Amino acid sequence: MSVLVYVENTEGKFKKSTFELVSFAYAVAQKSGSKVTAVSIGNVGDDELGKLGNYGAAIILNVKNEKLKTVNVQPYASVIAEAAKAEGAKVVVMPASFSGKGMAARVAVKLEAGLGENVVEIPDTANGFVIKKGAYSGKAFAFVDLTSEVKVISVVANSFKVIESKTDASIQAFDPALDENDFRLAVKETVRATDKISLPDAELVVSGGRGMKGPENWGMIEELANVLGAATACSKPVSDAGWRPHSEHVGQTGIAISPNLYVAVGISGAIQHLAGVSSSKVIVVINKDAEAPFFKAADYGIVGDAFEVVPKLIEAAKTFRAGHH
Amino acid sequence: MKILVCISHVPDTTAKINFSPDHKEFVQQGVTFIINPYDEIALARAIELTDGGKGTVTVINVGDVSTEPTIRKALAIGATDAIRVNAIPRDGFFVAKQIAQVAKQNGYDFILCGRESSDHNGSSVPSMIAELISAPSISSSKKLDINGNEATLEREIEGGKEIVTVSFPFVAGASEGMAEPKIPNMRGIMGARTKPLAVVEAIEVPQLSKIVSYDKPASRSAVKMLSAEDAGKLWEMIREEKKVI
Repeated sequence: MSVLVYVENTEGKFKKSTFELVSFAYAVAQKSGSKVTAVSIGNVGDDELGKLGNYGAAIILNVKNEKLKTVNVQPYASVIAEAAKAEGAKVVVMPASFSGKGMAARVAVKLEAGLGENVVEIPDTANGFVIKKGAYSGKAFAFVDLTSEVKVISVVANSFKVIESKTDASIQAFDPALDENDFRLAVKETVRATDKISLPDAELVVSGGRGMKGPENWGMIEELANVLGAATACSKPVSDAGWRPHSEHVGQTGIAISPNLYVAVGISGAIQHLAGVSSSKVIVVINKDAEAPFFKAADYGIVGDAFEVVPKLIEAAKTFRAGHH
Repeated sequence: MKILVCISHVPDTTAKINFSPDHKEFVQQGVTFIINPYDEIALARAIELTDGGKGTVTVINVGDVSTEPTIRKALAIGATDAIRVNAIPRDGFFVAKQIAQVAKQNGYDFILCGRESSDHNGSSVPSMIAELISAPSISSSKKLDINGNEATLEREIEGGKEIVTVSFPFVAGASEGMAEPKIPNMRGIMGARTKPLAVVEAIEVPQLSKIVSYDKPASRSAVKMLSAEDAGKLWEMIREEKKVI
């Protein structure tokens, strides 16, 4: 089962989540003794592309085209599907990012492939091709057998480790014909908060709830996040009240995250919030109400006033970071 | 303006999720079903855009007769009419094929869905419909404005946003921020009973995936409590015990 992996770049660079994805693709390919082909679209230098060989990519298809400079789901999906056909790929691995999921769905239709979204583990190929994916907004997992000949899967960031597997990677130009009809959508402006860590693929997240009492008190949440190297998040009541932007809302109707560490300050832990954060590896809850339901879903709990506890955590984090860097 | 809004019939967000003893079926007993929260946002925006006789909003659902109360609620909120494709949805591809079929027959200026459904969370249906009708797709949009035959959307990307423009037809997934969900009023509820709800039969779709079973996340071991005085010890403790920082 030869495996094609789409390697997403951010302004010409690959993030850790891309190396995870290549490692994942390599683990899938190894099950059948086949190889991994990566397809990169956009302006990525050969040095950066060469890094993919460290994680098992044997062939790197480099698609450089003036028309594909910015991410555009429709033509990108066409290119990925063409690459899959050219390589005879049986499995196409995509990132479960906003645009990655959009492309995965379109690629699946183009290839008449079964689609497994939000995959969190290496597929079980003992009997079919069974993927494990999140379902019911974090309250469950579903195991789905992709019964088609070609399979497309999107993989959740931070659900698989980066594993080094040195391969002699060859970089090849790939230049499929583009369809004019794929370019009806135009990107006018891209706004990226470059000074902040992106929430969906953050490894550490510090989140605040109504217990923070008001937007003016977010300085300490941001400072703690900053010292730890974490992204900031919030609960639904906080974004509904306009204290924080909707893009920071984690929970059932917000973003579902699976960081290594989730620190919740002043969040009581409604079922909808828990659904979005339950796949965090370690959960710390700080709440002044000892009865807050979130403590039952936490690994560590501190009962106390956020305004007293968080400054202590910031000081301790400074010492901790100074000692372990 | 002719808008199609796709709605999913999903368990209430506060519902406890349980499966049959063999883990193969979701237990519906005792569960209240609602319009998927993101679809409600899409519906609200479609109603705002057509307010004052500027167009029609058709809602479509793929489901058996049990989803009709959910469809009627969408009509009560303000949709013009509704279509139910009579089938139990098998997977995202099956649903997208049914909706694309209706869209091809009826022709809409654009199609709105929720960014994802709260039961299967695939986020695949809007993009699949778009692929099937050869239209552009915007997976997750926080804003949608219409100017003539062109739309401007704010699309979510990792760590930021993009402003995109697209001509009709297109398919977009709605996210928080696009509109505030609307609550039906009494007049809406009364009127919904007589609004047209067409039932159409499903088309054949090849089966590409099959749910084998469900499982619930493993429960965590007992929480370890620290006093507020000891808060400073937390990071070293996590490093020692969990090795995640």
